[in-house]
Amino acid sequence: MGWTQVSYLYDGSFAGFLTCVFDSYAHREEPMSFSTPEDGRLTLWPERRIGTDQAKARRVYQSLDKKLGAEGKRLAVQGFLTCLEEKELHLWRFLRLGYQLGPGFTRGLADERVAAVWKAVGHLTGEAHLLKGFTRFSEVDGVLVGEIEPKNRVLPLLRPHFCARYPGEDFVLHDRTHREVLLHRPGKWAIAPAEDFRPGAPGEAERQYRRLWRRFYDTIAIAERYNPRCRMTQMPKRYWGTMTEFQTEEPEERKELAP
Amino acid sequence: MEETEGGSGVELLDKLTILADAAKYDAACTSSGLDRSARPGGLGSTMAAGCCHTFSADGRCVTLLKVLMTNHCAYDCAYCVNRRSNDLPRAAFTPRELAELTIAFYRRNYIEGLFLSSAVWGGPDRTTEGMIETLRLLREGYGFAGYIHAKAIPGADPLLTRRLGLLADRLSVNIELPSEESLNRLCPDKGKGAILAPMAQIRDGIRESRGELAQYRHAPRFAPAGQSTQMVIGATPESDRHILTLAQALYDKYQLKRVFYSAYVPVSDSALLPARAEFKPPLLREHRLYQADWLLRFYHFRAEELLDDGAPNFDPRVDPKCSWALRHLDFFPVEVNRADYEELLRVPGIGVRSARRILTARRVGPLTFSGLKTLGVVLKRAQYFLTCSGKMLEGLRVNPDGVLRHLVALERPALAGHEPEQLSLFN
Repeated sequence: MGWTQVSYLYDGSFAGFLTCVFDSYAHREEPMSFSTPEDGRLTLWPERRIGTDQAKARRVYQSLDKKLGAEGKRLAVQGFLTCLEEKELHLWRFLRLGYQLGPGFTRGLADERVAAVWKAVGHLTGEAHLLKGFTRFSEVDGVLVGEIEPKNRVLPLLRPHFCARYPGEDFVLHDRTHREVLLHRPGKWAIAPAEDFRPGAPGEAERQYRRLWRRFYDTIAIAERYNPRCRMTQMPKRYWGTMTEFQTEEPEERKELAP
Repeated sequence: MEETEGGSGVELLDKLTILADAAKYDAACTSSGLDRSARPGGLGSTMAAGCCHTFSADGRCVTLLKVLMTNHCAYDCAYCVNRRSNDLPRAAFTPRELAELTIAFYRRNYIEGLFLSSAVWGGPDRTTEGMIETLRLLREGYGFAGYIHAKAIPGADPLLTRRLGLLADRLSVNIELPSEESLNRLCPDKGKGAILAPMAQIRDGIRESRGELAQYRHAPRFAPAGQSTQMVIGATPESDRHILTLAQALYDKYQLKRVFYSAYVPVSDSALLPARAEFKPPLLREHRLYQADWLLRFYHFRAEELLDDGAPNFDPRVDPKCSWALRHLDFFPVEVNRADYEELLRVPGIGVRSARRILTARRVGPLTFSGLKTLGVVLKRAQYFLTCSGKMLEGLRVNPDGVLRHLVALERPALAGHEPEQLSLFN
C-alpha cells in the first residue's frame, strides 16, 4: 500500500495506542511492531516515539462508532484488554480493515484480521464469565477482599457484574497478573494500579465460613461419579490457586492469599 | 437415629454435612433463565445465562447452595437415600440458620443462590411452610435478590405452593421415575397424580403471572425462571425411547425449562432395585440422554426422529446426532453457502454457535473449508456431511462404513472410563 514501514514506541495505554493510530494515518505509516519502554525490544524498522495525545485519542475513539459500528467498536476496545500476542498490531490491522469496509466488516469472520481479534475477545469474555463464578471474597474488617490471576485484563468486564451484585458492600478485587484493583463503595467505583497489595488476616468468623464452604464442596460430590478430568475441563487448574475450596488452612495463616 | 440441635460452629458444620449429603443426588443445579439486579440497599443479582461457581470432584457444576431443610422423612421410597427405613444421621436447619448461611456464602461469591428442597416431615404443608419461612427471611429480611430454586412438595396445599413460587425464581417437582408403574412399585406413598398436579399448577401460575406482568409492571412474579423436573434412570427397566418421549411431552405440555436425568446410584438393597454389588451408575446412558435432550430443545429434533421401536435405545458408541445422520445419509451433504439454520443444525459437529457464525460470515462472501476453520467450525465430524460451493473437502473419501468407524474412533477417548460395563447395557 506504499505506506512507510515503522515501529512505534508508546506508553502502553489505550489512549497511547489510539494516538498511534491517529499518527499512522496522518503520516501514512504502517506500523510493523509496537513496543513500550518496559519491553526494551530492538526492531528492524525505524522507531518512532509516539507521545500520548488525549485530543488525537479522542478523535480516533469517536470515529469508532461511526466507522466500525457498535460491534466493531466493542471488539476494538475489548481487544485492547486481551492477552493476544502483538495485540496492537492485530488491532491496527483490524481497525484499518474497518475503516476501509465500514460497519458490517465484523461479519467477515473468515478473514484472518477479523478472526484474530474476535477470537482473542472471545477468550477475554469467556475468562471474565468464568471468573464471575470462580472469584472468591473474604471478609476482612467489614470489607470484602478478593484476588484473581487472570490471563486477560478482566476487571473492566467484571466491574458492572460485581457492582450490581454487591451494591451495598465495600469490596476490593485484586488482579495479581496486571497489578490492578477494582475498588467499590456504595455508589462509587474505581479501577486503579496497585503495586503492593496485601490483604489483612482473616478473623475467626471468616475462617469458620471457609471451613463450612470446604465441607460443603467436599460433601456435594458423588463418589460413584468421580470424574476429575471432567472437572478440569470445566474448571482449569490455573483458577484453583485463588479458590477457597482448594486451599488448606493452618490455624493462623492463609496460604491462598500468599503472593 | 441421632438428632443435631443448636447453631454453634461445630454443630452447624455437622448439619451442613448431613443436609448437603442428603441433597447431593438431585441433579439440577442451574441458576439460569432470569436477569435481575439488586434493589437499592439489597444484595444480589441473577444472570440469564446462569453461572457456575465451582465444579465438584464428579465434574458437576455447583452454582447454588444445595441442601435439604430436613432429611427426616415420613416416606419410604425405595430408591431414595432419605427413606424412612434407612438408618442414617438426621438433622434440620432452622429458617434463620439457613438464611444466614446463604447470605454469608453469597457475599463471599461462593454461590449464586439457594437450592432448597426438603424431605417430607410433619406432612407436606408443614414442610412447605418451613421452606416459605426461610425464603421469606431471605427476600424480606435480607433484601436478597440472588437466585432461589425451591422444590414444590407434592401433596401440599396449592395456596402454599403459590406462596413458595412468589418467593422463588424456579420451582421444580421431581417426576422421580419414568413410568407410573415404576412409581407405584418404588414409592408407594406418592402417586403420579400427586406429582402432576403441582406441575400443572406451577405451569398455570407462570402463564398467569406473565399475562399480569404484561398489563401491570409491578404485578407479583411467580417462578419467573420457570420450572424443571428430574427423573432417576437405570433403576427401572424403561427404554431410552420411553424416557425421551416422556421428556418431550413434559416440554410440550408443561412448558418445562429443563428435564434432568440422574443416573441411579445404588443407595439401597431393596429387592425391587438393581443389586448394589455389581451395579455401576449408567453414566454414559445419562450422557446420551442429555445430548438428545439438547437436540429436542435447541436443534429442532423430535423424539420420534431419534429413536423408534426398531432401535429403542441410543447407540453408546456415537452421539445421537451422528447416529441420526448415519441413518439419514440421503439428507446430506448439506451445502454450507445455501442451507438454512435448521439444516445446518442437523450436521454432526455443527452446533448452535457454529451455525450462527456460518450464517453471519456467508453474508460477506462464499465460505470455503479453510474459511470455516478460521471462523472456528470444528470439521473433524462435520467434514463428511458438508460441501462448500458444491465441493466436498479435497482428498476426503466417503463410504458409510468408513464414516461410522471414523466417528466411533473420534468418540473413543471421551468414553474412556465408561467401558466396558456401560456398553453391555445396550446389547
